[in-house]
Amino acid sequence: MTRLLAFGLATLLASTGLSHAQALRTGPNPDLPPLTETLVPRMKIADPTGWNGELPTVPAGYAITALATDFQIPRQMLLLPNGDILVAEGRGGYAPKLRPKDVIAGYIKSLGTSSVKGGNRITLLRDADNDGVAELRTEFITGLNAPYGMALVGNEIFVANQDALLRFPYQEGQTQITEPGEEVTKLPRRINHHWTKSLAASADGSKLYVGVGSNSNVGERGMDVEEDRAVVWEIDRASGAHRVFATGIRNPTALAIEPGTGALWAVVNERDELGPDLVPDYLTSVQDGAFYGWPYSYWGQNVDPRVKPERPDLVEQAIAPDYALGSHVAALGLSFATNGGMGGEYSEGAFVGEHGSWNRPNLAGYKVAFVPFSGGRPNGEPRDFVTGFLEGENTVRGRPVGVLFDERTRSVLIADDLSNTVWKVTRVGPVSAAVQ
Amino acid sequence: MATTTVVTRPLIHPLHGILLAFPIALFTTALLSDIAYLRSAEIQWTNFASWAITGAMVGSGAVLLWAIISLVAHRRSPAFRSRLIYLILVVAMCAFGLVNAFQHSRDAWSSVGTVGLTLSILSTLCALLAGWIAYSARGTAEGVSR
Repeated sequence: MTRLLAFGLATLLASTGLSHAQALRTGPNPDLPPLTETLVPRMKIADPTGWNGELPTVPAGYAITALATDFQIPRQMLLLPNGDILVAEGRGGYAPKLRPKDVIAGYIKSLGTSSVKGGNRITLLRDADNDGVAELRTEFITGLNAPYGMALVGNEIFVANQDALLRFPYQEGQTQITEPGEEVTKLPRRINHHWTKSLAASADGSKLYVGVGSNSNVGERGMDVEEDRAVVWEIDRASGAHRVFATGIRNPTALAIEPGTGALWAVVNERDELGPDLVPDYLTSVQDGAFYGWPYSYWGQNVDPRVKPERPDLVEQAIAPDYALGSHVAALGLSFATNGGMGGEYSEGAFVGEHGSWNRPNLAGYKVAFVPFSGGRPNGEPRDFVTGFLEGENTVRGRPVGVLFDERTRSVLIADDLSNTVWKVTRVGPVSAAVQ
Repeated sequence: MATTTVVTRPLIHPLHGILLAFPIALFTTALLSDIAYLRSAEIQWTNFASWAITGAMVGSGAVLLWAIISLVAHRRSPAFRSRLIYLILVVAMCAFGLVNAFQHSRDAWSSVGTVGLTLSILSTLCALLAGWIAYSARGTAEGVSR
């Protein structure tokens, strides 16, 4: 019996395709290998361990310190004009378990995450002497509901909870806000399979952009629940009125304004269970009115056969994103370098926090990458900026989420939601010149 | 005056029969749900099928164990051949069902498709045939003459 079963399983698993050894996985035109759906998705969950005094790895000429520790699931960060840092902490979603798979896969994935309860708060950090350790730490706003995206416009701080966009009055130097936030608008909140609501303000501050992730991997909860999901909303800051800015954008986990052009950019997590090298997560400028394919097609007009009924009418409108970051890297953080950035190879471009893969036999992501830009567009291969989150091939010490470049102190902050730490990378010496 | 009483009984113990009823009913449910899904693309049908297969597999596991034990225990009985065929059907039912449980864990259309439907048909057929053999009354050597 066992042998028969093993034989049956082996036969079915043998249809698994081999990954492209030399494939181009990143950049504007990534190789897209054939679909390889396996009976059981290929999973590898890195085993969490502590840092035990070790630090993430930074390039020569840079140093890294733990700015603060013991967070309650730190996600995105916001820089305030006086140099204070806000850290949103929380964990959201209330997707019901509809299939036995949801129970089993949910348990397996939970093995690679922190067991700490989400804080539902925003913490303020101050490192005025720039020694890499926060000397002041306060609970800035409490009683939130899985806060994620944050933005500052004038004297107002906007916080994207998993269910609503809130507005708080702010005075420079303030270390705590006690008055309740005013609701700017409700946000799509049913199920919240992908619960994170990313947020960025337009360059002139008149609009707020909110990224809303899909309610499934690829429509397996039915398309009824995908109304107003996998979209970017444009919200009028004054009135709270919104319109759909872009669609078919599966899970836009971080939004940011490119400093040179003022254009809206996003990092987006693409679908799973099509093989280790599909579908690339991406970095893209978000174009007004664009449809990015989800769930009907990926990377432009490559049809995903799992979605029925098919929608060729939508697929033919789908546009390809700008830049592949690699499949399953789970990009969750995006911050642009300004005015020379971190210098050397990291002068102009985007820092990308990669939370790391589960749907891949070889772990991918688990680092902060840097995508060089030129003239407001990606230009060249991504480079590793901060690594060492993995210890060997099976153990993980930290998982990067939000990243934040601070021009004033020439530093990059990294929220790590596994070790519940915020890391600070600073320049300490001469750095190598740009490769390009 | 001599009377002859022929005792007939099904191949399997009543409790074994109750356990077997689960895969018979639930694999059939899964098959019908799969057909409904493939005709309607309504996602709830594949969710139903997924749970039905999982439930069927719970019953199937117990049935498989019992079938193996009773084959060994009755290895010299006249119904050995029936018991062997029954066990083979149960093994096949379990194998198809297990693979189908994984198949149904894939997302959207891939949870069923041609492969899922085929596996549902095969596991249902095995369950029905196993039930036919198991529930059929047969004469045994326990007929008593006086």
